[in-house]
Amino acid sequence: MSSALINVPARAKRGEIIAIKTLISHLMETGFRYDSTGVLVPRNIITDFVCTYNGEEIFRAGFFPAIAANPFMIFYTVATESGTIVFQWAGDNGYSESASAKIVVE
Amino acid sequence: MSKHDNETTRREVLIGASCVASGLVLPALVTIRRSEATPATMAAAIRKVVGDAKVKTGKVKLEMPPLVENGNTVQFTVSVDSPMTASDHVKAIYVFNEKNPQPNIISIHLGPRAGRAIVTSRCRLADSEKVIAIAEMSDGSFWSDHVDVLVTIAACVEDGIP
Repeated sequence: MSSALINVPARAKRGEIIAIKTLISHLMETGFRYDSTGVLVPRNIITDFVCTYNGEEIFRAGFFPAIAANPFMIFYTVATESGTIVFQWAGDNGYSESASAKIVVE
Repeated sequence: MSKHDNETTRREVLIGASCVASGLVLPALVTIRRSEATPATMAAAIRKVVGDAKVKTGKVKLEMPPLVENGNTVQFTVSVDSPMTASDHVKAIYVFNEKNPQPNIISIHLGPRAGRAIVTSRCRLADSEKVIAIAEMSDGSFWSDHVDVLVTIAACVEDGIP
C-alpha cells in the first residue's frame, strides 16, 4: 500500500486550473539530530518529487532537510486531457514511492 | 535595512517575556546544537541559484505566519504574479532561510502547464529568522519576497531520540 495521500479532482473542464494536493508519510530525518547516546542520526530524507501528467513532467520539487516530516505539497496544473497523473518520490537509502490518480477532462 | 534587522521590536520583547513567564525558554535550549547557516551562507546559496542576476523585490508573495509556535511544521505559500503562458511564466521557485543548519528549504521547477504559480508546503525552522522566496521567470529575471518569522519552539531542539 502506498504511503501517499493524493487529492486530484476526478473530473474537470478542459482548460480548468486544478489544485493537486499530496502528502507522503516520511520521517524526513534531518541528519542534524543526535540520539540519546549522543550519536548523530544519519540523514534520511526524500530529495526529489516529480509529477507527470500523461507522461509529461508538469512539476518537480527538490526537498532539503528543512522540509517538515511527511512532506506536503499543493500545486496547480491545467486540466488538458483525460488521463493519469503520476507522482514519484525518491530519496536517501534508495527510497522510492509512487502514486497515481485518474482524471476525466470534459 | 529594515527595522527588524537591527532592533528588538515591542512585539518581540513581549513575546520573549511571555515565553520566560510560561517557562518556554527551557532546558531545551541547552540541547540546541548551534545552527550552522548564517545570513552569509544564505546569501551564498542564493548566489548559487541566481548567479550574477539582480534579484528584484516584487511579483512574489511569501505567506507564512509571522509568529510560529512550533518550528517543526510551518506551512508556507509562495505565489507569483505571472500569466503562466508559454512566453511569460515562472520557471522556478526557491525558498531559503538564514538560521537552519542549511540555507535551502525547497527548489521547485514548474512551467506554463501549472496554470497558476502558487505552491504550498511545510518546512522546519530552527530559530526566529528571515525566510526568503525567489522566483525565476522565463525571461531570466529573479524576484523575491521575505518574511521575518518569530519561532517560540524551534525545530531541532528535541532531546535525544530514544
